[in-house]
Amino acid sequence: MTSKLSFPVPPPDGSEVAALRLEVRAFLDEALSGMSPRERARSWSGFDAAFSRKTAERGWIGMTWPRQYGGGERSAMERYVVLEEMLAAGAPVAAHWIADRQSGPTLLRFGTEAQKRMILPRIAAGECFFCIGMSEPDSGSDLAATRTRARATPGGFIVNGTKVWTTYAHFAHYMILFCRTGDQDKRHGGTSQFLVDMTTPGVNVRPILNLAGEHDFNEVTFQDVFLPDSALIGELGNGWTQVTSELALERSGPERFLSSFTLLDQMVGIVAHNPQPANLAQIGRLVAHTAVLRNLSRSVASILQHGGEAGLQAALVKDLGAELEQEIPEVARLLLAREPTIAGDDFSAVLAHLILSSPGFSLRGGTREILRGIIARGLSLR
Amino acid sequence: MNEADQILEDTAIRLFNDFFDTDALRRAEAGEWPASAWEALEATGLPLAFVAESQGGFGAVEAANLVMVAGRHSVPLPLAETLIANRLLSAAGLALPGGPLTIGPVQSDDALHLSRATEGWHLRGTAHRIPWGRCAGIVVLAQYDGRDYLASIPVGAARVDRDANLAREPRDTLHFDVALPEGAVALAPTGIGRASILDFGAALRSLAMAGALQRLVEITVAYAGERSQFGQPIGKFQAIQHNLAIMAGQAAAAVAAAKMVAEALDPAVDRLRVAIAKARTGEAVGKAVALAHQIHGAIGIAQEHPLHFLTTRLWSWRDEFGNEAGWNAYIGRQAVASARLWPFITAA
Repeated sequence: MTSKLSFPVPPPDGSEVAALRLEVRAFLDEALSGMSPRERARSWSGFDAAFSRKTAERGWIGMTWPRQYGGGERSAMERYVVLEEMLAAGAPVAAHWIADRQSGPTLLRFGTEAQKRMILPRIAAGECFFCIGMSEPDSGSDLAATRTRARATPGGFIVNGTKVWTTYAHFAHYMILFCRTGDQDKRHGGTSQFLVDMTTPGVNVRPILNLAGEHDFNEVTFQDVFLPDSALIGELGNGWTQVTSELALERSGPERFLSSFTLLDQMVGIVAHNPQPANLAQIGRLVAHTAVLRNLSRSVASILQHGGEAGLQAALVKDLGAELEQEIPEVARLLLAREPTIAGDDFSAVLAHLILSSPGFSLRGGTREILRGIIARGLSLR
Repeated sequence: MNEADQILEDTAIRLFNDFFDTDALRRAEAGEWPASAWEALEATGLPLAFVAESQGGFGAVEAANLVMVAGRHSVPLPLAETLIANRLLSAAGLALPGGPLTIGPVQSDDALHLSRATEGWHLRGTAHRIPWGRCAGIVVLAQYDGRDYLASIPVGAARVDRDANLAREPRDTLHFDVALPEGAVALAPTGIGRASILDFGAALRSLAMAGALQRLVEITVAYAGERSQFGQPIGKFQAIQHNLAIMAGQAAAAVAAAKMVAEALDPAVDRLRVAIAKARTGEAVGKAVALAHQIHGAIGIAQEHPLHFLTTRLWSWRDEFGNEAGWNAYIGRQAVASARLWPFITAA
């Protein structure tokens, strides 16, 4: 058991990495000055194209990619430092987040040379935004049940179907679409991925408001959408392998335990004015959990840095992380007899936002139930 | 892990496997002192692992790893205590007496006092809940003239009231009214005080708990694969699988926290790391032990079954050298006093 689910001790910050960390902090102090805690609480759901461009100018998008595609050829640990500093500060990284985290890397792994040259430098420049075409109304955790179909036609494919929970599809330039290209009865075989230009005729984006009244999600329908052959990513029929690899990327970052950090930050200020031991212990406990999860998350990054597979470890970190993220608002509200109110003071507003967002923490990027099944499989139980 | 460290670990594992099968653990639980096991341990030099490397130690991280391995094997010996005692003795320039050792006082209410005698010193006071007090020499922190001293007392010198923790490990009350020669007492070196015993104790208990939690997950996974009900191994049921996944998560967090403190014992102890480790491993124990017992069902509650060797130790150790309430309050105080929370966490 222990060797399969082992977490190597992450390396301490070297002097270059420490300098990078300070550089990012200084950048954020300046770029985000005047940003309210309520806005910061949106964390990586905050969309700001101008901020993404500024971030790109510093070379902090596509950091680990080859220079020939606009990347910086920097290490996974350096990238990790930039990500965690951004998340802790509540920087509005949503515009470039998906592209940097998984869409770009998917093209790097499986894309054609033409696709890489056309797309990657623009992502790295902070000018090309992506959304994820995976979930459907009848296919969430059961991704293999996808029904959206791309039917072969001269010169390309005709796509019909519906994708849902598509974050920021309304601003995205492209989608990586996962859909059926083969037999319905072959669950894992017969699927493929496509690079979809969101301006293609027949692609229709409809907003889905969340229960906080915010517009992140969308429903994207495909009505006889023509995709040229050049839109195919990787091999026809190799969709399952490719999408699984993309999901591993989605699960392995520091955003998996920092979504509620702005609230934890607010809590420290509250307790400073009322430092009873019980309150201090509540803060201390959440800080200890955060520090240990950070250590585990950095360990995942170091496995990836050395070219290893970390799917199991990433699932475990995400499971623990979601638990912490959901627990923070529940602890916070008992520190202070104040109602969560969106339009209230910093603490009340941040609390309100996180309570409303909290169900998503254990659903997005792999539900808790799916993750625990993955972990159990890794313990040789399945 | 480099080759030398691997050899060290393999030596310890082999020794623990040789001497501590289930029957041996039962005998220890019944009060038998594992004399031949201790002799074998002493022969490897492992009890000196935590002294300064310049004085023959193996390095703090390596010593810490040994404690994790011992925890994994439920070793009924004062290994952690002897490691700490030898470190304190060598730091103070006192002779290392050999043999099993322990440390004290471990309770914040207890205080020991030295006075000058015609020749040497006299030590007085009572120390409760001393691990292995009845069968080990002891290194104590005592006060004289408003300052901290370290004193080395041989086994048998104190009057012993026997007591135990939930795992039936000795946790004795020692009554001191003892004459000590000059060479047995020294001024505590800079940086060593009452809090040091708490810090080292909490750190090494965290490591022992982490090791025990790893083994707990291992045996519970194995049990779920073997025990059949309703025509299949219970490990096939989703409820069981999810509970095992939760256990694995808690164990992973505990091991990570323990390894974080292992890196922070030399040259000085980082108390924040100690606090994080002790609090996080202690919390992991509650959740993981409950699930382990749940998955094992009734058989796990029988004394005949070896599960309790791990679970009673975990239940005991999480409340020794401070529990989550105190250590989390410490972390909270430090966090609140820091200028900004995120840099505080990245520096932790």
